[in-house]
Amino acid sequence: MTLLNAILRRTGLGVVTLFVVSVLIFIGTSILPGDVANIILGQMATPESLAALRAKLGLDEPAHVRYFIWLSDLLTGDLGFSKAGAGAGTIGTPISEMLMPRLVNTLRLATAVAVVAVPFAVTVGLLAAMYPGTKLDRAVTFTTLGLISVPEFLVATLLVLVVAVQLGWLPATAYISGQETGMKLVRALAMPALTLIIVASSQIMRMTRATVLNVMSSPYIEMAILKGVPRKRIILRHALFNAIGPIANVIALNLAYLVSGVVIVETVFAYPGLAKLMIDAVQTRDLPLVQACAMIFCATYIVLIFIADMVSILSNPRLRHPR
Amino acid sequence: MADSVDKTETGTAFEELPDAPPRRRLRLSWSGRLGVCVVAFWMAIVFIGPSISPYHEADILDEALFIVPGSDNPYPETDYQPPSSVAWLGTDYLGRDTLSRTLYGARTTIGISLASTLLAYLVGVTLGIAAAVGGTVMDSALSRFNDAILSIPSIMLALVVIAAIGSTIPILIMLTGLIYASTVFRIARSLGLDVKVSDFVEAARVRGEGLWWIVAREILPNVAMPMATDFGLRFVYVILFISSLSFLGLGVQPPQSDWGSMVRESLSGLPYGSVAPLVPALAIATLTIAINLIVDDVSAHAGGRLAKRMI
Repeated sequence: MTLLNAILRRTGLGVVTLFVVSVLIFIGTSILPGDVANIILGQMATPESLAALRAKLGLDEPAHVRYFIWLSDLLTGDLGFSKAGAGAGTIGTPISEMLMPRLVNTLRLATAVAVVAVPFAVTVGLLAAMYPGTKLDRAVTFTTLGLISVPEFLVATLLVLVVAVQLGWLPATAYISGQETGMKLVRALAMPALTLIIVASSQIMRMTRATVLNVMSSPYIEMAILKGVPRKRIILRHALFNAIGPIANVIALNLAYLVSGVVIVETVFAYPGLAKLMIDAVQTRDLPLVQACAMIFCATYIVLIFIADMVSILSNPRLRHPR
Repeated sequence: MADSVDKTETGTAFEELPDAPPRRRLRLSWSGRLGVCVVAFWMAIVFIGPSISPYHEADILDEALFIVPGSDNPYPETDYQPPSSVAWLGTDYLGRDTLSRTLYGARTTIGISLASTLLAYLVGVTLGIAAAVGGTVMDSALSRFNDAILSIPSIMLALVVIAAIGSTIPILIMLTGLIYASTVFRIARSLGLDVKVSDFVEAARVRGEGLWWIVAREILPNVAMPMATDFGLRFVYVILFISSLSFLGLGVQPPQSDWGSMVRESLSGLPYGSVAPLVPALAIATLTIAINLIVDDVSAHAGGRLAKRMI
């Protein structure tokens, strides 16, 4: 019963957060002077044509009315129109049409990263924690500290320099038209995915190691050591099960952090994903498109954080009773 | 420790108050010392960089400088030149000197990051301590709002705001400062809550000290040390954040040089083996790694208690 309560509570909190975020995004993009009507008409704007277009787009309504219209459109999947392709007096391309292929590309990238990075990083992190102070542990600690304290674009740049320029194994930019299959797709995905795998893995490794070491220093492990349980058995029978919850939490959190990594990596490799679309939209100040992309990214982030939260509640009964 | 034991045994009992235990001196490991050297180097560059740089940051080097003696080509290429005696670290995509731009860029990158971090601390610590010592209503109002800010990926928040109001240096500092204030708030609040329930604050309250006195004389000094360590870490995040924004072309605008935008501008030179994108990238990396090395030492000195709180 308390478990159900806790889950309902967190779900409610997640929905409220999403709502607050949507308000923030809406306010963020609607406080500026000049609105979409101005942008669409551009040089051709006369007071009359502006007023006409505003009425047509519903921009003459007060802000809170526009917010709820925007929100209900968003919920029904109508994302509005982009500035792109908008000429004098015409409204641009529907955003949902622009988003879909990009979303597929980004999901492909994210899936590739998750499938490789998670098992690899968790294994290495576990090994480092099982043998603390050894050469392996020190190498892992040192390398990951280095990797998390440099910008993602440095990792990407160095990878391009080594793999694409010096060795010539892979192309330096990822060109995807949507028709690629098999090896071609793998080649296009390889460099962006590799960069993200390196960045995400080092985070996951560090946090996995810290989590397991934390479990290893708890009293019941000390007890097991003192009564003479073999090391392997301590780790596999006592520590691992108690560490599963926190590790799953670490994984979900890091997949959420990927959101910002994706932005950088898609730009470096000119990968035609959702983040690249958003950066381009920011540069051309295509606000409806920025709003739509930001909502997708924030929602993904909040859902992943929510999953991380759920996992830790399920794995640690003490968290079911909020203080 | 030995000192304090000696004092209490040899001194006449309770004639005067016993001295506070001697402060443990911070001993830096070799990696910490290396970190201090690198940070000191970059701080020096912030001040003297522009005066020792061979060219101005926006100068496009003259073709005449690159004429090879004996060659009959009067118009040599100036962009993406390899390191030479004319330009020690080569030139970028427009033919500007990479070394000069890196030296100038130190001031922009470090200056903006420092200003943003200070702003984040000013706002975060003020509100965090206010939430800790203020009433329940203030605490939960501030905390809920903070949770909402924290639940948006910081880069998304920045992108939305920059799309709306553009990117100038004051906007960049305000934006970054406010985004990072939310993490500072969380730490300051939790540290403040810990100190608030301690015996010495209780004693001060019983003594009849006012709220301001307690905050200024008891709480702030006791959260200062952990916050100082966190300042180092936060500064690293801010440098990475500002550089990433500049790298996306949304931070510092040209012709002003900044390490993040320098990497972006010259990225196209990478296939030709140009070092132009690598120099600023390595500048960022050396600075951030150096700060991390110092922070590691300081938090080990504090017994690793800080590290746990910051995860």
